[in-house]
Amino acid sequence: MILHIKYFGLLAEVTGCNEETLEFSKNSVSDVLSILFEKYPDLKEKDFQVAQNNEIVSKEMVISEGEIALLPPFSGG
Amino acid sequence: MNKRKSKNVFINGAISSEFIGQSIAKHQSKTTIGAHNIFLGQVRADEIDGKKVSAIEYTAHEDMASIKFHEIREETFSKFDLTCMHIYHSLGSVKAGEICLFVFVSSPRRKEVFSALEYVVEEIKAKIPVFGKEIFEDESHQWKVNS
Repeated sequence: MILHIKYFGLLAEVTGCNEETLEFSKNSVSDVLSILFEKYPDLKEKDFQVAQNNEIVSKEMVISEGEIALLPPFSGG
Repeated sequence: MNKRKSKNVFINGAISSEFIGQSIAKHQSKTTIGAHNIFLGQVRADEIDGKKVSAIEYTAHEDMASIKFHEIREETFSKFDLTCMHIYHSLGSVKAGEICLFVFVSSPRRKEVFSALEYVVEEIKAKIPVFGKEIFEDESHQWKVNS
């Protein structure tokens, strides 16, 4: 499964990139996160939500394909 | 279904007082309106560990934000008797003292606009994926957390 991953705000600083395309063998949000935590150990300490195709999803959610966004706490307004 | 279209909310940089003034003026032809209410979010020069915030740089997940702004609009119109509603949020750099959020609701009656405005602003704070990077006077930064 190929996913397009986007990092926002503080998380883009942690990963050093705004977006990347990666291939995953397992497909729940938490499986994807554990791979990302291996790649970016500092990500594990950060508070964030995950959105798939513009909707917030839970860690148990099974993802198909498309876009995954890692969103730190919102601070608009 | 509601026919109100989703609008472009984001403005590059600060929201000027001229823009706000013109938005108010545009409503003079809508004479069923009896009450407007306006919220203006201003960048605060917070002092953190002896350093003062000089600006906030806003970024957003723009596609998701557009969808969420649209949902907030639809929800607000279904909950309150509003004639119209406008939301503008800055992206990019906004200096301390400048306006970064402009919410404008209008209704025939005042009670609706008081409750609608608070609802919209709180929804924006909770649901819109916007991220503020607080830039200090010495050009260091930290990521803003809403309180």
